[in-house]
Amino acid sequence: MTDTAIAATRFGPVTTTRGESVAKRPDEASPGEPAPDEQPARAREIVFQLSDVEVRYSGVTAVQDVTVDIAANEITAFIGPSGCGKTTVLRSLNRMHDITPGAEVLGKVTYHGQDLYSSKVDPAEVRRRIGMVFQKPNPFPKSVYDNVAYGPRINGTKRSEVEERVKKALTQAALWDEVNGKLRTSALSLSGGQQQRLCIARCLAVEPDVILMDEPCSALDPIATARIEDLMDDLKNDYTIVIVTHNMQQAARVSDRTAFFTAEVDDAGHRRGRLIEYDVTETIFTHPSDPRTEGYITGRFG
Amino acid sequence: MTAQPMPLTRSARKGRRELKNAVATGLIVASFVIALIPLTLIVVYVIQAGASVFNLGFLTEDLPFSNRREGGGIYPAIIGTLVITGTATAMAVPLGILGGIYLNEYGGRSPLARFIRFLSEVMTGVPSIVMGLFIYTIWVLPRKQSGLSGFAGALALGCLMLPIVIRTSEEILKVVPDELREGSYALGTRKAQTIRRVVFPSAAPGIISGALLGVARVAGETAPLLFTIGIVSTANFNVFDGPNTALPQQIYINAGTFGGFPAAQDRAWGAALALILLVFLFTLVARIITAIYTRRSSAV
Repeated sequence: MTDTAIAATRFGPVTTTRGESVAKRPDEASPGEPAPDEQPARAREIVFQLSDVEVRYSGVTAVQDVTVDIAANEITAFIGPSGCGKTTVLRSLNRMHDITPGAEVLGKVTYHGQDLYSSKVDPAEVRRRIGMVFQKPNPFPKSVYDNVAYGPRINGTKRSEVEERVKKALTQAALWDEVNGKLRTSALSLSGGQQQRLCIARCLAVEPDVILMDEPCSALDPIATARIEDLMDDLKNDYTIVIVTHNMQQAARVSDRTAFFTAEVDDAGHRRGRLIEYDVTETIFTHPSDPRTEGYITGRFG
Repeated sequence: MTAQPMPLTRSARKGRRELKNAVATGLIVASFVIALIPLTLIVVYVIQAGASVFNLGFLTEDLPFSNRREGGGIYPAIIGTLVITGTATAMAVPLGILGGIYLNEYGGRSPLARFIRFLSEVMTGVPSIVMGLFIYTIWVLPRKQSGLSGFAGALALGCLMLPIVIRTSEEILKVVPDELREGSYALGTRKAQTIRRVVFPSAAPGIISGALLGVARVAGETAPLLFTIGIVSTANFNVFDGPNTALPQQIYINAGTFGGFPAAQDRAWGAALALILLVFLFTLVARIITAIYTRRSSAV
């Protein structure tokens, strides 16, 4: 199960065993000229709409000109060199910037049509619906069980249901078999890959609608990475996933759509990230319309 | 074989390096031993001098009416130290921990937080006798004779502990990684929940041991009790009513009795031994609690 995901990119003959993901993409065999009615994302519900989003830290623009529509039940990847603002944009999707002193989001971000930054919106409620997995696995210094039960407990799930939720989330995160029987041991005793899947389970236990992943595999070895990529593919049926990754192969393997960001240094010497191109992943990797995208994916810069 | 391989033998340089290493190691070991000498001497001497009177009766009997008399025990002083330090802890530790949480989690770099941080730093440096005088002036004097009580002493000790607890709590909360806070927020929790369920439990072992070390530190204070607790010769469990006594006070009084009364001298040594044992016990409990907590959960 793990090896196919490493080996198979989306663009060779599709070797995945998950037939439905092939069926969803009738245009896959003929890249380059998809007829508008064949584009899968257009038919899907739009979850996030970002228009002219700009994020500033203490008044200094970190990233700007981000206009992206993110569709439901797809994996959207943000790629680009370090410091181009991918993570910054990702964190604007669940109002994580609220807890960073000095951070400020301009432009408009809507979630199912609602303005995320409206004063009526409760950021805690936003984060309940839009979960996040971080770059470094960050399990709480509690038992495996308590880590996963944390979200449901906080959100007032009945005692009798918590256990079921924990089991379901751990199963979804493909971790149940490995931790069953040691649910009471400290989460910190798990391996890095297990810890990251635990964090995914912790996020799933809240039953969110969207999962944001900030370079979830950067601290993991290829085998653990493959497991998480497999997992993402499974989760896609029920969740909308946005992933930030440094690894272009990963974006090519897992994502349906890819946004390419890059950074420019302005006259004052500040790095300023910008969205360059956003399209179906296949198009980005085979026929990018911007020379900068092509330069990055072919390894000529970045 | 074209290139000559690097010689693996010891060079002259290596000899000098080893000499330097030996000298440095020697100096460090020597400083450690020198630092240990006074500590060991104090403990050994107190045990030697205190052991002659130290028996069950000494720990359970009331104080004699005059400290020049022989016999009696220091039971009232042990009880006094326990209830006074306990009351001071009950007041200062929760307040100090909440203060530390405010400074690190809410205040940050705000003017109010900076002001509190500055004040607690100044308070740490205030001599303990000044704290005693302060409580004497604002608490004991207005109440005349009834002002002298264990509680007044506890107030003075609490004022001494408070800045210690605030500072250590803040320092330990600072070490809790932000990743844990973010991880909690990302699950839709509010700030108070995050602090209560994630941040504080992660920091708890450190905070508890910091607080208990603060307790051990003030348990041996004499000066703040001098004008605040009065003196009694029978055990007074009520901190709020009537004067009290404490181990450091008994040491001070008995050791300071002029005219060569061996009974008083011995009593002072015995009380000193009891105090050292008590503080040792506090420290031990602190260690055990920390160890239990650390095994269960710790991020620091």
